[in-house]
Amino acid sequence: MNRYPLWKYLLIVASILIAAIYTIPNFYGESPALQISSARATIKVSDAMVARADTILKAIGVTPVDSYFEGTSVKVRFKDTDTQLKAKDAIQAALGDDYIVALNLISDTPVWLTKLHAKPMVLGLDLRGGVHFLLEVDMKAAVDKALEKTAGDVRRELKDKKIRYGKVSRERDRVEVQLRDEATLKAANFAVRKILGNLKVQDVAENGTYKLVITYPAAEITKLKNDAVLQNITTLHNRVNELGVAEPVIQQQGEGRIVVQLPGVQDTAKAKDILGRTATLEVRMVADDQALLTEAINGNVPAGYELMSERRADGRNVPILLKKEVELTGENINDAQAGFDDKNEPAVHLGLDSTGAAIFKVLTRDNVGKRVAMILVEKGKGEVVTAPVVRGEIGGGRVQISGSMGVAEANDTALLLRAGSLAAPMNIVEERTIGPSLGKENISKGFNSTLYGFLAIAVFMMFYYRVFGVVSTLALGANLLFLLALLSLLGVTLTLPGIAAIALTLGMAIDANVLINERVREELRNGATPQLAIKNGYDHAFATILDSNITTLIAGLALLIFGSGAIRGFAWVHCIGILTSMYSAVFVSRAMINLIYGNRRVNTLAV
Amino acid sequence: MEFFHVKRDIPFMSYGKLTTAISLATFVLAVFFLVAKGLNFGIEFTGGTVMELRYQKAANLNEIRHEVDALKYGEAQVQSMGTTTDVMLRLPNIKDKNSAQLSNEVLTALQKSRSDVELRKVEFIGPSVGDELFTHGLTALILVCLGIIAYLAMRFEWRFAVSAVIANMHDVVIILGCFALFQWEFNLTVLAGILAVLGYSVNESVVVFDRIRENFRQPALRGKTVPEVIDNAITATISRTIITHGSTECMVLSMLLFGGAALHGFAMALTIGIVFGIYSSVLVASPLLLMFGITRDNMIKPVKVKEEAVV
Repeated sequence: MNRYPLWKYLLIVASILIAAIYTIPNFYGESPALQISSARATIKVSDAMVARADTILKAIGVTPVDSYFEGTSVKVRFKDTDTQLKAKDAIQAALGDDYIVALNLISDTPVWLTKLHAKPMVLGLDLRGGVHFLLEVDMKAAVDKALEKTAGDVRRELKDKKIRYGKVSRERDRVEVQLRDEATLKAANFAVRKILGNLKVQDVAENGTYKLVITYPAAEITKLKNDAVLQNITTLHNRVNELGVAEPVIQQQGEGRIVVQLPGVQDTAKAKDILGRTATLEVRMVADDQALLTEAINGNVPAGYELMSERRADGRNVPILLKKEVELTGENINDAQAGFDDKNEPAVHLGLDSTGAAIFKVLTRDNVGKRVAMILVEKGKGEVVTAPVVRGEIGGGRVQISGSMGVAEANDTALLLRAGSLAAPMNIVEERTIGPSLGKENISKGFNSTLYGFLAIAVFMMFYYRVFGVVSTLALGANLLFLLALLSLLGVTLTLPGIAAIALTLGMAIDANVLINERVREELRNGATPQLAIKNGYDHAFATILDSNITTLIAGLALLIFGSGAIRGFAWVHCIGILTSMYSAVFVSRAMINLIYGNRRVNTLAV
Repeated sequence: MEFFHVKRDIPFMSYGKLTTAISLATFVLAVFFLVAKGLNFGIEFTGGTVMELRYQKAANLNEIRHEVDALKYGEAQVQSMGTTTDVMLRLPNIKDKNSAQLSNEVLTALQKSRSDVELRKVEFIGPSVGDELFTHGLTALILVCLGIIAYLAMRFEWRFAVSAVIANMHDVVIILGCFALFQWEFNLTVLAGILAVLGYSVNESVVVFDRIRENFRQPALRGKTVPEVIDNAITATISRTIITHGSTECMVLSMLLFGGAALHGFAMALTIGIVFGIYSSVLVASPLLLMFGITRDNMIKPVKVKEEAVV
């Protein structure tokens, strides 16, 4: 009685060994490192960068501890901060502004462990320090923008196909096109349906009016919203890159929220400034009708037009009347560089994608002699950057914006356009800054409280249950090992509530052992032989352990599903802890007891 | 060694009226404080800006309060955080002003009089997030209860499920009552703590219930009345109850003592939760079970009932 087959012992030994391997990385320190990533969406960092960085470092006589490519960046590890800083200057100088070289800390985990995917736990911001933002995407604006764009597409297509149309208007959730008669309606429907395959295009013909109604099906709206969030995340990635932060976190949370965490950053104002810039470029036609302009200045802006101000080279702000229709947006821009024009004035050179190039070509061809305005829309307010007269057709997608701007401004504008536009504006709904010293303090306090609690329980258990207590303590230790290993392996971000959950889980995990030990004592009291007492003790306690742990697990899972932030961090650890504690309290401790007492004559149990 | 081994069954159920009266009284008191004083919701729920400051030498709260009031940002709260050098500042949300500006302005104002101040943490949370958290928290609470009821009803019987959840809510309301009475800050970690208590306390009830179920099936206890069977179950598990609670409480007290300000609320919620958890699982859940009219028949399969005919 009370013998485990060999394979069970082997399984337990193997699980402990594996757990140990995956826990070890947490105990290695960190060494200074550099993270090389791309500053521009058009340039990608690849494997080749490792060799390039090594060559640069060799030239200045620095040998890195380790350098490797990971995800989208190259990481280079150094012995000390002096070499790190020296290397940073050298690499940044050699690579230029297209790359960002950020200071970083990387775990000293040996390479062979890293190859096994054994990594230290990811620490949450409350343990490392840094800034945290929760941004909310304005979904209504995203939908409005898409409708606006659809209206533009329709207009262009109808013009292209030479179908005469009346007003193209964007209503609340649809685009309406007014047409003259049945025939044009049919033709328009055919043309529009071809380019807007995913949308619902309906003919409405009643009381002598012919209308084409274009609506977004529910699935399309959902896709639109998802795309908006995704595009914003990409844009945020680009913008965060400008900050040169090592290992930023940018994730979607819920339907329309984005979490941005920048470890190590303390300057919120700068971070926010860069994140919050919602600059997009719009190209619109200028209405150069003096009568309309005068009327607009007098506060009577005609329908379909908008009054803005144009900044001239001499610093004056001149009112300018623009058509509301957006011909081209920043979405069609794939490159923006600051430079100089042929008159040696600061300028921004834009590169358009194929759609953008085609649109621009038609626009310039049809509007020779008229003015087009480049508008930079920031935080919902537009400013006309420049409004040049179209001299002739511009093909090829190379556009230059010049005029009233300085070098710094040209640089700024280019940077904003390059970083990409947001699909919809965002608001900061939550913001946290945690000082680095506070993070360190949180770790040590959390660690200490767990340690002291563990020691207190261990001493009591060993004292109270003797051999069984020692076994329980070892099982509890194994539980801690399993828990840490799983947390590291699964890449769960450890936060302060997570540490609290480790402590609580350990406190609760001992319950299973107490149940078992008490049961064994009871069996002995009822006159069972030692071997039978062990067997019955474990067997009877198991049903109780299962029931009580499953109910706790239900609570944990509900927290995991409905909690956010601190609660989720807590729930992850709690749930994993319940599972590991069942394994260690039932199997690991039983294996030890079997090794001690099984397979031999025992007269008394030390319990 | 055995500290808590009791030889004869303690007649817990005969104290049923007394214990029910006590828990009813504490419950009513807790509800009263909740209604009368309300919870002191943390920033996660109310929205606003919180700054944590550390001074090199002891801070003068009155002076700080005065300086912050002079900036006219509305009602600001200034309180110390455990030590004389750590200060927490809470400001309401202000339209047209983001918290970076806000915290910078406050910090500059404070630095004018005392240069030894260091900003440790700034939190800004919009009011909309708080509302969402509140509903999510509530949903989680309801879901946990439903899940527990469903599982216990399946594994035991509906009477057990309902008793456990009532005992559970009793603990939760009392913790909330304590937070209302002492006006401790009710923040997200406290909520996590309370939800953890929910799991913890039901764990307790389940251990006792398990024993009751087992006792009902034990031939040796067939002649005993239902209260006697329950008394026996509680007595048999009392040693384990005390030790388990002791060890968990050890952990939680360790958190309360060494965990610092950040874990204080969490540890506090759990400390109270554990104390009442032990009480409620023994002295609330079990009498409720009796009140709901649990009988031996409820726990034994119908086939056996036929054989026994009359108990």
